[in-house]
Amino acid sequence: MVKKHILDLKVSANIKMNDKFILLKLTSGEKLPEMLPGQFVEVRVDGNNDVFLRRPISINFVDEETNELWLLIQLVGKGTRTLAKLTEGDMVNVVLPLGNGFSPVVKGEQVLLIGGGAGTAPLLLYGKKLVEGGAVPTFLLGARSAADVLELDEFKKYGDVYVTTEDGSLGEKGFVTNHSVLTSQKFTRISTCGPKPMMVSVAKYAKANGVKCEASLENMMACGLGACLCCVENTTEGHLCVCKDGPVFNIEKLLWQI
Amino acid sequence: MADLSVKLGGLELKNPVMTASGTFGYGLEFADFVNLEEIGGIIMKGTTIEHREGNPYPRMAEIPMGMINAVGMQNKGVHYFAENIYPKVKDIDTNMIVNLGGTTLESYVECAKVVNGLDKIPAIELNISCPNQRSTGGGGMAWGVDPVSAAEVVEAVRKVYDKTLIVKLTPNVTDIVSIAKAVESAGADAVSLINTVLGMAIDIEKQKPVISTKTGGMSGPAVKPLALRMVWQVAHAVNIPVVGLGGIMKAEDAIEFLLAGATAVEIGTANFVDPAVTVKVAKGINEYLDRKGYKSVNEIIGLV
Ligand SMILES: Cc1cc2nc3c(=O)[nH]c(=O)nc-3n(C[C@H](O)[C@H](O)[C@H](O)COP(=O)(O)OP(=O)(O)OC[C@H]3O[C@@H](n4cnc5c(N)ncnc54)[C@H](O)[C@@H]3O)c2cc1C
Ligand SMILES: Cc1cc2nc3c(=O)[nH]c(=O)nc-3n(C[C@H](O)[C@H](O)[C@H](O)COP(=O)(O)O)c2cc1C
Ligand code: FES
Repeated sequence: MVKKHILDLKVSANIKMNDKFILLKLTSGEKLPEMLPGQFVEVRVDGNNDVFLRRPISINFVDEETNELWLLIQLVGKGTRTLAKLTEGDMVNVVLPLGNGFSPVVKGEQVLLIGGGAGTAPLLLYGKKLVEGGAVPTFLLGARSAADVLELDEFKKYGDVYVTTEDGSLGEKGFVTNHSVLTSQKFTRISTCGPKPMMVSVAKYAKANGVKCEASLENMMACGLGACLCCVENTTEGHLCVCKDGPVFNIEKLLWQI
Repeated sequence: MADLSVKLGGLELKNPVMTASGTFGYGLEFADFVNLEEIGGIIMKGTTIEHREGNPYPRMAEIPMGMINAVGMQNKGVHYFAENIYPKVKDIDTNMIVNLGGTTLESYVECAKVVNGLDKIPAIELNISCPNQRSTGGGGMAWGVDPVSAAEVVEAVRKVYDKTLIVKLTPNVTDIVSIAKAVESAGADAVSLINTVLGMAIDIEKQKPVISTKTGGMSGPAVKPLALRMVWQVAHAVNIPVVGLGGIMKAEDAIEFLLAGATAVEIGTANFVDPAVTVKVAKGINEYLDRKGYKSVNEIIGLV
């Protein structure tokens, strides 16, 4: 278990990626603690009286050279829109790192990382760690249109990147599960994160083709620590906490209709 | 440094700050953030005789200044607790208290018997906000909404439980004082209040309740004035110690409850916002006492 911390981090950059996404870079005077790919942080949102609870956000990347934590945030509501107003030098209080990450890296593995929307966020750090561990990541990213495909150049540093867009403005047109890479290449396993319908179809594909698969869930959370039991998912072991027992689960454990 | 120690019947607390059940797990979840032994008491997650899966997801809605939950007492049952969790928490040097819930009278009693056999558990907090599921009468109403049924369950547990018995009251009643008096007569050593306030949230896009059970329990700063009023009323009406809770976020809130007559406080939802809040509140109470020139926290209890 990696030790958890409550930290005040300083905003080193708040980059507007497009009208729906920001990339928040946070740094500290001290070396950032150890964080595993697939883990998340709970961000306190200051300055909005309607936002009471922290917001769970995946660890997008940890830049060890600049000592920066990256959070890729989709602006969906009051909390995330408040975070979008942060500017360089502002302080942000975070609890981190939380949850269990993706599977440990096994040398020589061919891993397909399938992400959709904000769900692409945790795949970047995982891609880097896979490369460092001697595995080969391939990325398959789904988005509505070309403008929503984020951090493409970052992903390309660690492996081949394939894209699908619903309108066909970049990569293949359609959904991730229709992409030709799924038939042209063989993978030892799949890790996926994104909207639930997408993950369900990825899980169906994996099951039908006998490929091991894990999915990272985004249930609504209150504590993020396994204390409140609000974030539960139905599993073969009963109600498990997404924050503590997940957020990454082997699809065999999930009671999805797949 | 003022003396922060207080007593709830025979139970000694090194400071008046405890954690509220269901918001602090078994304590261990917070060990990276606070020294658990600096907390006056840790009231653990609600425990029942049987394993319970709780309510379906979604179980939570955020509201301005708080939240609504409908977890539904998810826990693995008191026997699992005794075998698997108790060994991990029994040597934590503070009061590790079991919050006990039930359905039928027998389920409360059987659960209390098991807890009575656990040496290092010095107290039970009896949650009487659970629906009364006896076959006749009751009809699913919470045990704690009526003085007669509240007293009945307390009396039954009292018979099988020798250590400190704290009874946790629900605010979803017309006259909380009559309930407090009834459980005092039935043998409670202390009362704690409030449990969550029945509330609701609706998703206007889906045009459906946010929570699977439609209604749930409100907590957090939104309920503090209501909680404070009830604590003040009850503290002036009973002779046993009162534990105050509901919406405490900082030391100033806790001090309000002490002034209103609470001998100790519990901190719940605030732990989700600041996992280190408990020890900060204890420290803040001490600073207040020093600043005002008090030697002991007992000097301010019930000043209002
Ligand atoms: C483990 C985990 C990791 C996450 N990682 C990321 C990430 O890296 N980047 C990112 O942009 N988002 C991520 N999310 C989702 C993010 O937490 C929510 O989008 C955010 O909390 C919404 O806050 P808000 O105040 O802006 O929205 P609110 O005003 O609270 O709600 C607006 C709308 O957003 C939806 N919403 C709220 N919370 C969630 C949620 N947890 N999941 C899905 N929809 C939600 C609700 O349906 C609501 O209608 C993650 C969630 C979890 C649980
Ligand atoms: C997620 C959650 C779970 C809870 N579970 C329990 C429980 O199992 N037993 C109980 O007596 N109270 C339970 N409560 C109520 C709290 O202990 C407390 O009475 C209430 O939240 C008010 O205090 P607060 O505003 O400080 O949170 C729960 C509250 C929350 C938010
Ligand atoms: S969010 Fe509290 S247990 Fe997962």
